Amino acid sequence: MYPTDYRYTKDHEWVKVNGSTGTIGITDYAQNELGDVVFVEFPKVGVRVEAGKSFGTVESVKAVSELFCPLSGEVAEINSQLSDTPEKINQDPHGAAWLIRVKLSNPNEIASLMDAKAYEAYIATKTREQSA
Amino acid sequence: MRYLPKSPSERQEMLAAIGVQSVEELFESIPEKFRLRETLPLPPALSEPEIIDYFKARAAENAPGYTSFLGAGVYQHHRSVVTDAMVQRGEFLTSYTPYQAEISQGTLTSIFEFQTLMCQLTGQEVANASMYDGSTALTEAVLMAERLTDRRKILVSRAVHPEYRQVLATYAKNLGLEVEEIGFTATGRLDLKAMTREKLAGAAALVVQSPNFFGVLENIGEAAAVAHSEGALLVTTIAEAVSLGIVRPPAEADIVAMEGQSFGIAPSYGGPFVGVIATRDKFVRQMPGRLAGQTTDAAGRRGFVLTLAAREQHIRREKATSNICTNEALFALVATVHLCLLGKEGLREMAQQNIAKAQFALAELEKIPGVRRAFSGPVFNEFVVQFPRSVKLINAALMRERIIGPLAIGTHYPELTKRGLVCVTETMPRTEIEHFAASLRRILEAPV
Repeated sequence: MYPTDYRYTKDHEWVKVNGSTGTIGITDYAQNELGDVVFVEFPKVGVRVEAGKSFGTVESVKAVSELFCPLSGEVAEINSQLSDTPEKINQDPHGAAWLIRVKLSNPNEIASLMDAKAYEAYIATKTREQSA
Repeated sequence: MRYLPKSPSERQEMLAAIGVQSVEELFESIPEKFRLRETLPLPPALSEPEIIDYFKARAAENAPGYTSFLGAGVYQHHRSVVTDAMVQRGEFLTSYTPYQAEISQGTLTSIFEFQTLMCQLTGQEVANASMYDGSTALTEAVLMAERLTDRRKILVSRAVHPEYRQVLATYAKNLGLEVEEIGFTATGRLDLKAMTREKLAGAAALVVQSPNFFGVLENIGEAAAVAHSEGALLVTTIAEAVSLGIVRPPAEADIVAMEGQSFGIAPSYGGPFVGVIATRDKFVRQMPGRLAGQTTDAAGRRGFVLTLAAREQHIRREKATSNICTNEALFALVATVHLCLLGKEGLREMAQQNIAKAQFALAELEKIPGVRRAFSGPVFNEFVVQFPRSVKLINAALMRERIIGPLAIGTHYPELTKRGLVCVTETMPRTEIEHFAASLRRILEAPV
């Protein structure tokens, strides 16, 4: 379910690092919790983003949520297709519905993120808490 | 909200229920030195007959029997008694924000109607319901342009209402916006030649008003083309909404910020009024203010709800588009009822009467030696005239004849002394215009 070459945050974002570029999106768990996504507010290309800080918002029929950046850097690209088809976030959150690409300034930060196994364990606890 | 007084025994019962002896005990956590011991410096309570006498005396201070030629942002227009009867209905008068669509279809429908009317009049795709007034609507429109363009420089025509510009300056000062003013020409219109590439570079918005403070209609199409040439948005503000009954709507503008007072709202003491922002559909998420949307209920029936609330403060707190978390719903309803009563033809006829009477007044005034029109641009119901002497002196003499004369605009424009802004609406009888012209002639013939 959760790609093993991705890294994950406790706020339910994922990042896939390729050289000095990180591709960032929200997890399947996040999209499922949000419900139908209707709007994404992106940062502007060229803007500096910091690990753990907000870089935009995602709005669903249920709520508006902040998007937190897994790694620091500069926004290199945004997935502007999502402006017209935000529902893709519900359909393919780990693939076509990536949100932004960041030119990483400190790739070492990745050490603080969870791998797929740790993230799956983390959301399992979350789910248990909710059903308890 | 009702005020329900309590009897001493009821108070005792309530105190007993929460386990305290006296009301005083409830304040024990506040240190003694901070407690107010003396009585508030207020006049003593009045009995009902006394309070009625008091208000009769205040009402007698009004000045009936005067003819006013003041406009400049607040206009005397015909108002139907039907409007007052409608808005005083308890269902509208006492209802709170219609968050709960299940019990608020009446209010939501009226809000949706208001938005529809505002879109039709302004030539825009989406309108909110509503802002406090025209000046704050303009500032919110400018802030919207800042968010949309991510630029900080704002170009504002000096022919925009000086008080609107003051409100904008107050916000700008604390938000780090750089406001630059653009002059006007002999026509009274925006000086397009001053809009050089350097001026425009990096500008979020160009702000114009039409009809502008001098009553002159701006060329919105030209202003939009100039603004767009360097990526700035055109913000158009309208202080005299009745002009939309006949003037081409500012469809080329990216954001329209309007004062709705002219739509059936009494001038009162300068407020409360109702502001409106209308814009293009693609900018809706950066628009502040309440928005009702059309939807269908579980049974497929047409209904209305508050929508896109993620823009608003009660959902997004400091990330909302604006600190405005309220609106002028009752005044928006006044405007809606008023416009529906007038209808399309009624509004056009009202606007036509404004033009005709203003033109008649202008012609009458221009017959007086030394009085001439100050700007050559086309006007709606207001125009600036140049007098051979101080407007304030003239007005003092006019006041003795129970005429409230033109606004001395030299107060706001040091280079425009001896110029007065005259407003003539459909409510002004021809005989009063003639009386005004005759009085003015007599005053100017007398030595200073």
